[in-house]
Amino acid sequence: MPVVRLRGPLKSRAGNRSEHALEGGSVGELLLELERAQPAAQGWILDERGVLRRHINVFVNGELGSQDTPVDADGLVDVLPALSGGCR
Amino acid sequence: MTELLVGTRKGLFVLAGEPGGRFGVTARAFAGEPVEYALRDRRSGRVLASVTSPFYGPKIWYADDPAGDWQQAEGVALPARGGAALERVWVIVPGEADGTVYAGGDPGALFESRDGGVSFSLNRGLWEHPSRPQWQPGAGGLCLHSIATWPGDPDRLAIGISAAGVWLTDDGGASWRSGNEGIVARYLPDDLPAEDEVALCVHRLRRAPTQPERMFMQFHGGVYRSDDAGESWSDIAPGLPSDFGFPLAIDPADADSAYVIPLTADVDRVTPDGRLRIYETRDAGATWTPRGDGLPAEHAYLTILREAFDSVGEGDALELYCGATSGAVFGSADGGSSWFDVATHLPPVLSVAASGAR
Repeated sequence: MPVVRLRGPLKSRAGNRSEHALEGGSVGELLLELERAQPAAQGWILDERGVLRRHINVFVNGELGSQDTPVDADGLVDVLPALSGGCR
Repeated sequence: MTELLVGTRKGLFVLAGEPGGRFGVTARAFAGEPVEYALRDRRSGRVLASVTSPFYGPKIWYADDPAGDWQQAEGVALPARGGAALERVWVIVPGEADGTVYAGGDPGALFESRDGGVSFSLNRGLWEHPSRPQWQPGAGGLCLHSIATWPGDPDRLAIGISAAGVWLTDDGGASWRSGNEGIVARYLPDDLPAEDEVALCVHRLRRAPTQPERMFMQFHGGVYRSDDAGESWSDIAPGLPSDFGFPLAIDPADADSAYVIPLTADVDRVTPDGRLRIYETRDAGATWTPRGDGLPAEHAYLTILREAFDSVGEGDALELYCGATSGAVFGSADGGSSWFDVATHLPPVLSVAASGAR
């Protein structure tokens, strides 16, 4: 099962747990599943449209990905704030 | 002792002090994050703050002690998978009914809380208004920034949206009608059909609590007064150095009073002539008097944003406070006659909310 890894405030919103094994075949599916499993994280990574927030980056097995990036059953997705978000 | 909740580009600063001198910073929260607006609900003592994390999006938080733990309010979101996302919460306003709190956001969204700000729900009457497809955002987005309650009547509200004009409800938000008669938008064609005149860039609304039909408006090029609860508006800008600006304050004890802070023009959003002056009327806009004693008088090209001007008290005890994007906060303990420095080196000030001793 793929694992979504969180840190900082996102980890705090998700039961203070970093690693979350979830069902899904893409980054988007995994993040939706994360919201369902951890309601307190709802709206923090995806907005109401279900779109990845602009200044959140996702890395799939260490490579920068997107919401549509496929994730293997043993894949690892890191969710991190982007450098771009701190510009102001 | 007066308390100021100062929202800045880099967090919330709680300032406290005796009017007349510098205030001290008693708490800081949300360090590094833009705090759009924060206020202390005088009924409950609870502090509510609108924070727009550049990473995690807009949220409302609440705390009994701003130096303590904050909780995220629930329900501050647009309908899931509805095609729109909340961009920012501009303002939070206590309602008339017990526990009622309103929040206004971009894109033109009004949220209501019945439990003092712990949870909110979207006002559907406004969200689903048939004219919404014609609403246009201003430079700051489609921001619902002004919420004017009616003392003693929780069903009556007036709101201002940039740039979708004034909206009024008499049934607690179930239905809404526009209230824009008399407003002249110089940035629109003269021959625009009236039904298309929804692109009205209201900058700030205030209601006189002792005479609720009386309202004042700072417009995007215009200052107006309404004597019929926001249905129609009369130009009261003559006498001001510029009719462009954002903030507006009133003396709650005097329905003929208003204060504005003119900026040079929409293409030059700094204080005119390199000096900061607050303009006061005590005759409902017939005349304006500049107030600048103690304020920067030369080489001062300041910008005071929409929410960065507030008051506490009334009449002879009226205190006024405004903050600039330079990081300076100014105060007056005598209704604007004289001013003092409250703080000088904060991050860019987005909002100021004043409350009395606690």
